[in-house]
Amino acid sequence: MVPSARPRKLAKVPFVELADGRLQGVVSSGSDIGRVYVSSVAAGTYAFACSTNNNRPCGGARGGFCNHIRALVDEAVLQYGVARVARYLKAELTGEDPDAHTVFSAMSSTRPAQGDSSAAAQVFSRFLRHLSYLELAPTTAPLPEMQWFPTTRAVA
Amino acid sequence: MVPDDEGGGLMRADLLTDAVDGLDEALAAVDGFDDALVDGLLRPGPGQAAGLAGIADAVAGSPPAGRVAEAAEKAAAGAAGEDHFVALAAARTALLGSVHDALVARVEEAVGRPRAEETGTAPADGAEPAVNLLVAARSWLCDLARAGWRGIDHELVAGASAVVSAMLPEPGLRRLAALLDGFAAELAASCPGATLEQVPVRRWADLWSRALLLTLPGAASVPAVAEVTGRLLPLGVDLQEHATAVQAQVHAVFEPDGGGAPRLVRASVSAPKPDTVVGAGLWQLLRPHMSLLAAVSEGRAMELDGMPVTGEGDLVWEDGRARMGEPADVFATARVALPSAAASATAPLDRHPARIAVPVLLEGYAVEEGDGRVAFQVAGERVAVDVDRVPAAGPLTPEVVASSGACVGLLRWDDGEFLLQPLAVERTVRKKAVAVHAGAWAGGTADKAGVRAEKAATDAVTVLRERAGRLLRK
Repeated sequence: MVPSARPRKLAKVPFVELADGRLQGVVSSGSDIGRVYVSSVAAGTYAFACSTNNNRPCGGARGGFCNHIRALVDEAVLQYGVARVARYLKAELTGEDPDAHTVFSAMSSTRPAQGDSSAAAQVFSRFLRHLSYLELAPTTAPLPEMQWFPTTRAVA
Repeated sequence: MVPDDEGGGLMRADLLTDAVDGLDEALAAVDGFDDALVDGLLRPGPGQAAGLAGIADAVAGSPPAGRVAEAAEKAAAGAAGEDHFVALAAARTALLGSVHDALVARVEEAVGRPRAEETGTAPADGAEPAVNLLVAARSWLCDLARAGWRGIDHELVAGASAVVSAMLPEPGLRRLAALLDGFAAELAASCPGATLEQVPVRRWADLWSRALLLTLPGAASVPAVAEVTGRLLPLGVDLQEHATAVQAQVHAVFEPDGGGAPRLVRASVSAPKPDTVVGAGLWQLLRPHMSLLAAVSEGRAMELDGMPVTGEGDLVWEDGRARMGEPADVFATARVALPSAAASATAPLDRHPARIAVPVLLEGYAVEEGDGRVAFQVAGERVAVDVDRVPAAGPLTPEVVASSGACVGLLRWDDGEFLLQPLAVERTVRKKAVAVHAGAWAGGTADKAGVRAEKAATDAVTVLRERAGRLLRK
């Protein structure tokens, strides 16, 4: 079983996930309430991409990780725990007590290349799919299959 | 033995630790098949063939014997089609069904309550959900079986996503959708399978075979067979969740109006959810859809009027058919009403050890603690307590359980032993019995820590709704 996500504040990074071989997510713009950045880092190569939901490139992500990617790593570590994030991204952690900063630096120091931003549309649509879970109607018909998914006090 | 005069506390705990005849043999056959799924059935080796033959042998005396034998042979040759996989999943389900029955018989003997009466099952309701989605799900599951747990990768696992998205809005497909969604998320977190340290072999085979059988039209339909009127006395709440779904089940004793035998029932409410809605947020999501959760928090009974119930004893809750009743103490219910409450028979497809959740009352035990584990010594027998199943958003903690003197819980079975999942405990504080309930916060709370958790959860959902409002449908 997968431990449930650790509670975190969602205002800055409403969506983060480890999927499609990437750490990817959506970061709210600090200046424009209607704008979000779609950011991602690929596992293994750390190829990164960051652009707005209207497909404009992020000015901060030229030549290296931008602050949106930093926020993404921070929140991913909060949500999933540092070990799972590092394992997924294949980031080598050195030293004791690794944290989000350790993961960020381990990747950033390899001077990763900028990836193409073709994934942005896919990430954004995963975010919309994620949001759509709030719109689905609850039911009082029993779901016996949920017996396989007991709540656990464990968090990531 | 607990002396008789302890009333509802009577339980033959010795029966829970005694061996069950035939159990090991049935589970060995299941394990043989499950092992075959680890490396996948694309090019099976001799070890896998033996596991497949084993499960066919185990059901040799039963009606589907011929089909299962053929399926095992085809699978061993790496040539299994979808029907063959379904036959193998059915054989595995039947074996675990027999394990379920043997364990339930043992529990009934131990708790000494009236035996479940067969109420019969109703035929599946006419609405046949989109067959194309069922076909798509089946095809994904068969691809999984061919690849094996060691062969899964992100691309294969992602194949479930579109099917799940299309299924979730369909009420008739919610069971399969919630199962596939949780299963796929678990597989995704374990990719690539080749480097996985440990494979949860039986668990994934459980989820796989169950999902496969639910792709058969009508399999997931368990319609209401009656309407009941009378008093509902809650015993406690069992919470289940995976990243994108949550279900709360209230276990209760139902006393029909005008006398008649009391029975054990459940009332469930579930919802899909974003993975960032956790803790108190789960209660917030469910609360508006079942007034019973408020009754549980307030320690009240509810009066039901024509509430639909399935043959399995599941109330299909409608708020309009229930109203708040008198205060009702869970421990009084457990001592007075529970001993004569009869359980319903489990639907054939749902017979599986994981489904066992029998309300019991334990009193007069000694607590054993160590390694972060808790166990109760009951009449000289050790009953392990599963404190992990107690919801985090609630006042019942492992420490409170360990300091208790009476416990209402669900008797479960996992990995070879019976376990007790606490729903509520009673402990003595300044010579007074004080009850602490696992589901105390289900309907809301004034508890300080609870209020904080509620606030954090409200903020999370507010942000998501705001983002959804701005970005969805644009």
